[in-house]
Amino acid sequence: MSNASESRFVYVTYIRTTPERLWSALTTPEFMRQYWFDCSIATDWKRGSAWKLQFKDGRVADSGTIVEIDPPKRLVLEWRNEWSPELNAEGNARCTMELEPGDGAVKLTVTHAMARPQSKLIDAVGGGWPKILSNLKSLLEIGEVVMKGK
Amino acid sequence: MDDDAVFHALADVNRRLLLDRLRKRNGQALGALCEGLDMTRQAVAKHLAILEEANLVATKRRGREKLHFINVVPINAIAERWMAKFDKPRLRALSNLKRALEGDDDE
Repeated sequence: MSNASESRFVYVTYIRTTPERLWSALTTPEFMRQYWFDCSIATDWKRGSAWKLQFKDGRVADSGTIVEIDPPKRLVLEWRNEWSPELNAEGNARCTMELEPGDGAVKLTVTHAMARPQSKLIDAVGGGWPKILSNLKSLLEIGEVVMKGK
Repeated sequence: MDDDAVFHALADVNRRLLLDRLRKRNGQALGALCEGLDMTRQAVAKHLAILEEANLVATKRRGREKLHFINVVPINAIAERWMAKFDKPRLRALSNLKRALEGDDDE
C-alpha cells in the first residue's frame, strides 16, 4: 500500500548523455535557466549548504538546504516554497535526483515527497517537473547533435 | 524511450485505466491496484510491465513492496513535439554553454 500520510511523485526520463554532463546541467545556473523557465539555483553545492531557486528578477521561488550531494550520482534537497504563503505553510518537502548510467543513456529519477497527504506543494511541483525534464532532455540531446556537428 | 512504446502502451483501455488509478492515488503496490478490477493479478502485472517498459510508470521499492508511480514525462515530451519548437536563441545559448563547460570535458 502507498503511505496515506505522505504525498509523493516519481518522474523518470532517459537522456542520451553522460552522467557528468547531466550533472553539470543540473548544477550550472547558466544552463539551468535554459530548461527551468528562466529560474536557477544559487548555492555552493556543498552538503549542509543553503540553496535558493530564483526567478529571473531575483525573487526567491523555493529554498532549502542540501541534504546529500554525491556527484554525478545523487542530490537530495530539502525544499520549501517561498512565493506562496499557502505552500510555504506546508513546510519542508524533499527532492531527490538520482542519475544512473545505462545503455547509451542516463536514467534520471526525480522524486519529490512531503510527509502530509494531498500536499498542494507536491501538486504544484508535480505539474512543473515534466516540462522541466522534457526541456532538459531536449536541450541535452540536441546539444549532443550540435556538439557532434562541430 | 521511443514513442512507439508509449503509443502502444496507451492504446489499451485497461492500461489507461491503471494510469487513471495511479493518477488518483500515486504509489500503489500491485495488490492495491488490482482491487475492484475485472482483471486477474497476472493480467494487471503484465499491463504494468508494458507501462513500465514505455516509461509511463516508474517503480520504487519500499521494503518488500514495489510501488508504482505514474510518470507523465513521456506524454509531455510527445505533446511538446508538436506544441513547441526549439528556436535559435536556445541553441545559441547551448553552444555558449558547451564552450563554457568544455574546459574539463574530454569526450
